[in-house]
Amino acid sequence: MTIKKRISYIFKVTYSLLTSQYALMLEYRAEIALWAISGLLPLIMLSLWLEVEPDKSQLLENTNLYRYFISAFLVRQFTAVWVMVSFEQDHIEGKLSTLLLQPITPFWRYISSHMAEQISRLPFVFVILSIIFIFVPNSLWWPGYQDLLLGFIAIFFAFLVRFLLHWICAMLCFWNERASSIERLLLIPYLFLSGLVAPLDKYPDLVKDIALATPFPYILSFPSMILSRSEVDILNGFLFQLGWIVVLSLLSLFAWKMGVRKYSAMGA
Amino acid sequence: MIKSISIIFRTLRIFWATSLAGEVEYRLNLFVECFSVIGNLSGSLFVLYMFYSNGKYLGGWNWNSSLVVLGFYYLLEGFTIILLQPNLTRIVRHIQQGSLDFILLKPIDSQFWLSSRMISPWGIPSLLAGLILIARGIYMSVHTMSISSILAALTMLISSLAILYSLWFLIATTSIWFVKIWNANEVLRSVLVAGRYPISAYPEVVRAIFTFILPVAFLTTIPAETLLGKSYISWMSSSIMIALILFLTSRAFWKYALRFYTSASS
Repeated sequence: MTIKKRISYIFKVTYSLLTSQYALMLEYRAEIALWAISGLLPLIMLSLWLEVEPDKSQLLENTNLYRYFISAFLVRQFTAVWVMVSFEQDHIEGKLSTLLLQPITPFWRYISSHMAEQISRLPFVFVILSIIFIFVPNSLWWPGYQDLLLGFIAIFFAFLVRFLLHWICAMLCFWNERASSIERLLLIPYLFLSGLVAPLDKYPDLVKDIALATPFPYILSFPSMILSRSEVDILNGFLFQLGWIVVLSLLSLFAWKMGVRKYSAMGA
Repeated sequence: MIKSISIIFRTLRIFWATSLAGEVEYRLNLFVECFSVIGNLSGSLFVLYMFYSNGKYLGGWNWNSSLVVLGFYYLLEGFTIILLQPNLTRIVRHIQQGSLDFILLKPIDSQFWLSSRMISPWGIPSLLAGLILIARGIYMSVHTMSISSILAALTMLISSLAILYSLWFLIATTSIWFVKIWNANEVLRSVLVAGRYPISAYPEVVRAIFTFILPVAFLTTIPAETLLGKSYISWMSSSIMIALILFLTSRAFWKYALRFYTSASS
């Protein structure tokens, strides 16, 4: 294939995967609305933090809290990953065999279904955000075009990091059929190290350093800080995100190769 | 009366013996569950520590008494894993695949069957964590503990379990109409996370929502207050009232919903 042909092929496949998965997702609008609501944790944490620091002199601090947690809510909405559950199901029910026969690695199918879900989530997120801004108009802010753009790129990278992390763990299904219970373990560092429950600046230095050595802050804290216009080293953050993406991609390629060799087609 | 109670116990024994035998096949889960409780617990304590390191009281609660609240949260979490999750998440599948037909044909109350058929031992680590937290919190903050406050707290715990069960069952029942409603329970669980902290730690609006719309306050804060001897009779009696009302509603709603059940693919 010439390069031109190859590029047009990639475009065609991407387009058809995304549109078909988007159509599939639209079927389950009600479900997606519920998922969107279930991501309220950052807002619950926001209300706690606001009460802990009710000092009027810290008004600036409070606006920062509002912006940080609302951004965190937004980032969380577009970095939702459930690949372990669906991969486990496909593996147990033997659907993976059909997917393996197709001339495209199943990875692309899963990742495109996640991205399609994000698109179908947009209106619900928009509604929830408008409700927040109607009730707390002070919290409305405009991050500016540049930060908005950088924020969206950071969200996309964050999604990739999180997806690859879950994908590698999903590969454990090849060795243990109930591997999705591992997801519960993966959730713990995500909850406490990513900056979901508190801005990382509030952490004690030691814990903060430990957290920054893991991929988790780059999944949530970093994009939220860009969007909320907190002080953050943008170049450094992007480098770390890209670094994690490279490392995790290599690992996931390796895990996939090992796993497929082990695959014995359940139910066949 | 005595005969029917003994029938209930006999059925429960058979139900739980069979489902336990199935569950212990997956022993890896025990490790996962222990790790997840330990990790979660240290995380929650760490967050609590961050709140207190600001030097302020969380909604007027000191460190030791908020441990009691957290302890009650873990008790509820354990109860959820042991009984609610294995049973009530299956309701959706029964409706989707039409296997609810077989349950309705059985000579047993269908709500009872659906809510008690399965049991899972993996909630025990959470229960233990909850008990340890409560014991520690009580030991550090109250010097004497009267039998009456323990009994009252137990009553509050039972009514909070009833509230949680009824809410969950109510939501699961709606799948008769919507069929696919897995996530509704996810929403419930994600909001219940708010019960990790005393309800007075929230701003007024949020507090009102968690008291009147979603009774999170009655799930953890009221039992903890009762155990610490800080609760008022009015709160305690309204907790029992809410539990009763919700439980009866869940029963009535289930009976009502069944009239609309048309079985799958017909």
